[in-house]
Amino acid sequence: MNAVSSMPDKKDSRLRWRCRRGMLELDLMLNNFIDREYDELDNEQKSLLDQLLDYPDQLLFDLFLGFMKSSDKDIDRLVSYIRKSVAT
Amino acid sequence: MTISNIQRRRFDSLIIGAGGGGLRAALQLAEADASVAVVSKVFPTRSHTVAAQGGMNAALANVLPDNWHWHMFDTVKGSDYLGDQDAIEYMCRAAPKVVYELEHFGVPFSRLDNGRIYQRPFGGQSQNFGGEQAARTCAAADRTGHAILHSLYQQNIRAKTHFFDEYFAVDLLKDEEGNILGAFVFDIHTGEELIIEAKTTLLATGGAGQLYRTTTNALINTGDGMGMALRAGIPLQDMEFFQFHPTGIAGRGMLITEGARGEGGYLVNAEGERLMERYAPNAKDLASRDVVSRAIETEIREGRGCGPNKDYVMLKLDHLGVDVIQKRLPGIRQTCITFLGIDPAEQPVPVYPTAHYTMGGIPTNRQGQVVVPVKDTPEEAVNGLYAAGECACVSVHGANRLGGNSLLDILVFGRAAANHIIDYLKENHYHRPMNEESIEKAYQRLHRWDDTGEGESVEQIRSELKLVMEKNCGVFRTQEVLDQGVKEVTALHERLTKARISDHSAMFNTARVEALELENLMDVALATVFSACARTESRGAHSRVDYPERDDMNWMKHSLYSLLERKLDYKPVRTKPVTVATFPPKARVY
Ligand SMILES: Cc1cc2nc3c(=O)[nH]c(=O)nc-3n(C[C@H](O)[C@H](O)[C@H](O)COP(=O)(O)OP(=O)(O)OC[C@H]3O[C@@H](n4cnc5c(N)ncnc54)[C@H](O)[C@@H]3O)c2cc1C
Repeated sequence: MNAVSSMPDKKDSRLRWRCRRGMLELDLMLNNFIDREYDELDNEQKSLLDQLLDYPDQLLFDLFLGFMKSSDKDIDRLVSYIRKSVAT
Repeated sequence: MTISNIQRRRFDSLIIGAGGGGLRAALQLAEADASVAVVSKVFPTRSHTVAAQGGMNAALANVLPDNWHWHMFDTVKGSDYLGDQDAIEYMCRAAPKVVYELEHFGVPFSRLDNGRIYQRPFGGQSQNFGGEQAARTCAAADRTGHAILHSLYQQNIRAKTHFFDEYFAVDLLKDEEGNILGAFVFDIHTGEELIIEAKTTLLATGGAGQLYRTTTNALINTGDGMGMALRAGIPLQDMEFFQFHPTGIAGRGMLITEGARGEGGYLVNAEGERLMERYAPNAKDLASRDVVSRAIETEIREGRGCGPNKDYVMLKLDHLGVDVIQKRLPGIRQTCITFLGIDPAEQPVPVYPTAHYTMGGIPTNRQGQVVVPVKDTPEEAVNGLYAAGECACVSVHGANRLGGNSLLDILVFGRAAANHIIDYLKENHYHRPMNEESIEKAYQRLHRWDDTGEGESVEQIRSELKLVMEKNCGVFRTQEVLDQGVKEVTALHERLTKARISDHSAMFNTARVEALELENLMDVALATVFSACARTESRGAHSRVDYPERDDMNWMKHSLYSLLERKLDYKPVRTKPVTVATFPPKARVY
């Protein structure tokens, strides 16, 4: 896995720094997603991702590993998208 | 921006790191009305402590008979007699009190039917000095670290601790007599630099798992505090002792607990052979961690690894059936499905030993003061400097840490360091004069990354370093392998001085943060590989194929590696506890 790239896109850097978490699972999941999919996201998805990154680590862990499902449909859809991108 | 324009702030106490160790210390200080600044490169509740799901040890005797003296025995034995017995006694005695305090701070520990805190059994725990299994680990379900971190953070907000979130500490500031005066830091968002002057500074920056390619540690664990200490002229202690888990998910690092092999899982090589039959005919896959780790690495070195690069072996679980796996190993099943797209109920899982815990670190006494050898005194306190948690080496884990003892360590010694600081502040009312030369040095180190022109990338050197450490200072250690490691890490160290980054802006320059982190990792790598190369015995996690025995005559001593001269020194293990009799070294059999 490659950690943060050194491209000087500041919005991207800010987002990437927020993907640095306390658990390896989250680092892998989020950095992989940003590397592969970030450019494909529309503005609404980007702001949803920003919202998701405010969640505490333990909750993200439970969502990403499928132990829990968000009742917010939009978040749930984004989580599924992130989960799908890591396993491929 | 010139140095004279840089803003300066003053606090009684500066704490670098907002994991369990840093936050516990901060709370103690804030409650004693000291002005406290906590600097953390990530938002505090995203510190690595959040990953500790298992729990923390304390002899509460809620489930089975227990007392602190048995806990002490297990910890001394677990350390392979390299742990300092005074610090271990102190920790084991303080453990129940620290758990009750956490309860008071709001940590929702799991309960028994009678309302008492539930305790689970973990490896290495015994009753009666090596007798029956004990149950000593307190947990808040499977989210102990998360619960501790969040409770401590809330308490600190209440107590008005001043947080500098997403600030990066570059280096310690010190004067000519060696007094530590604070640190040079910058705001990751704006790039703005800040000089924090403090009467005392506590390093609580966590471990250095990112030294290795395969690790259970998050990306933030880059040994920054250890690097800062080395550059401030403080040697690192016992760095050759790094705990590995035999079964990490290959290429990813996450742990597959021993429980998977306990349930009947076994390892196979590329030829489909049950490899552990060769290395441990009796215990087979349940042999001790170092034996299993070395067996995996030997298979790979001899060309029997699996996959296109032959660089892992397989853990077979599918024969257990989907019901057993779902019932007993649900977390592992989910992890494999999520990250590999492999269901262990159907297919074997690729595994490789994964780096887990840094036993060595910044040498301290049991009050958390950083101590260094001065002339004939092995341990003289560095004025104004403290360390606690995984970055420190107090040393309670010695050559090998027991599960559940690390959360305990960070809380007990975070608190102890704060208590000593409180006393220090009573006697020391004023800030010492700042040393401008040391600011200049830190500034130069940061701005060296503004250099333009041709140069290798940080990413390239980092991935080579992690690979060299895995191959040449991992679980398979011989003189030849380690000599080669010393050579290669030294060469990488040299190459890093000429590396370049392409982003030179101030705001959110994460490339620069990563470059600074790699410098820290590189210094810590030197300490690790030099110390491992010199220790010609096997003890705890440092196990050498060419010196398979523990050698108490020559090696019951702590290593101290200094960066400046790249030289090793040694100091005796503190074998005398505070109040009880010494536990003399015995063979460590379980
Ligand atoms: C997967 C996993 C499971 C574990 N489970 C258990 C368990 O069940 N029981 C147990 O006892 N132990 C467990 N451990 C070990 C334990 O979690 C850690 O040893 C412990 O949490 C370390 O705490 P700490 O306070 O020393 O540092 P950390 O929690 O790592 O915090 C370090 C802090 O330093 C800050 N920092 C670092 N560098 C800088 C810098 N340059 N500038 C500014 N800030 C900086 C970070 O932002 C962070 O706030 C586990 C470890 C892992 C990897």
